[in-house]
Amino acid sequence: MTLKQEIKKALRATFPVFSGYIVLGFGFGIVLHSKGFGILWALCMSLFIYAGSMQYVAIDLLSGGASVITMALTTVLVNARHLFYGISMIDKYKSAGKFKPYLIFALTDETYSLVCTEEEENSHRYHFLVSLFNHIYWVGGTVLGAAVGSAFDFAPKGIDFALTALFVTVFVEQWLSSKDHAAAIIGALCSVICLIIFGADSFLIPAMLTITLSLTVLRVIRRKGGKKNA
Amino acid sequence: MPDIRSAVLIAVAAVITAILRFLPFFIFGGKRKTPEFITYLGKVLPFAIMAMLVVFCLKNVSITAFPHGIPELISVAAVALLHIWKRNTLLSIIGGTVLYILLINFIFI
Repeated sequence: MTLKQEIKKALRATFPVFSGYIVLGFGFGIVLHSKGFGILWALCMSLFIYAGSMQYVAIDLLSGGASVITMALTTVLVNARHLFYGISMIDKYKSAGKFKPYLIFALTDETYSLVCTEEEENSHRYHFLVSLFNHIYWVGGTVLGAAVGSAFDFAPKGIDFALTALFVTVFVEQWLSSKDHAAAIIGALCSVICLIIFGADSFLIPAMLTITLSLTVLRVIRRKGGKKNA
Repeated sequence: MPDIRSAVLIAVAAVITAILRFLPFFIFGGKRKTPEFITYLGKVLPFAIMAMLVVFCLKNVSITAFPHGIPELISVAAVALLHIWKRNTLLSIIGGTVLYILLINFIFI
């Protein structure tokens, strides 16, 4: 396939991501601007972090003056899923050569979902184009949002609910696509209990610790149960 | 307010995100098998963390003071129902956000 054909194919394949990233990125840019961070901040975050949900969470952490440790731990837990995307892409990207570092850096949820579900073996140049286009859409959407925010001082009260809506949507989607709701329930219970005990400003770290601990306990209990039944 | 501290926090988020993306290729790039416990956490953690993030977003909602979290409750329910009905991520997000903006600007004032 020529480069031109691959560009065309990649543009077609990434269209759903285009619409999603422009809208979510736009919302991110506007909310970020409403907290006092302008276009340059949106550009840097989207270029270098390039992880949508984490960037949304980071807005609150930045404007709330979180500590480096809170930011680091939150990033680890919010983005831990990327470890598992990586694990499942090791074989596929093994021979990617010069494209490999960027392919790994730009492996977002959406890019992962496009690349891991493709029906035929594509070239790594094609994977590179898909990753690059998605990155451009995200940067473009966020910068556009921040620009519109600063030009019109446009930030209706309540626009930051977009973030809550995003997470509720993903939560519901996960709930519908799985039969085992134990982890989701553990996550909700641990978070609410820690919020009540530790308060809004410092519940995040205890919540993450108790969630990891509870999931570990759950595994031990289920393994024992499984052995008894077997 | 934007400052050096914010830049450091953004750098931390960027470096850790990159480490998480590159780590599997460094550790398991060879033939070593992924530990079972890591595979397990990878499967279950996303479900629990998403619930935590929803709570995180709603952490400053006060139940005792007006409007008692009612706009948030209505809007979260609307997002969930909209998503169960249509399974369209963008529609659920935009619909819920517009509803919330209308509720807190025109009804619960």
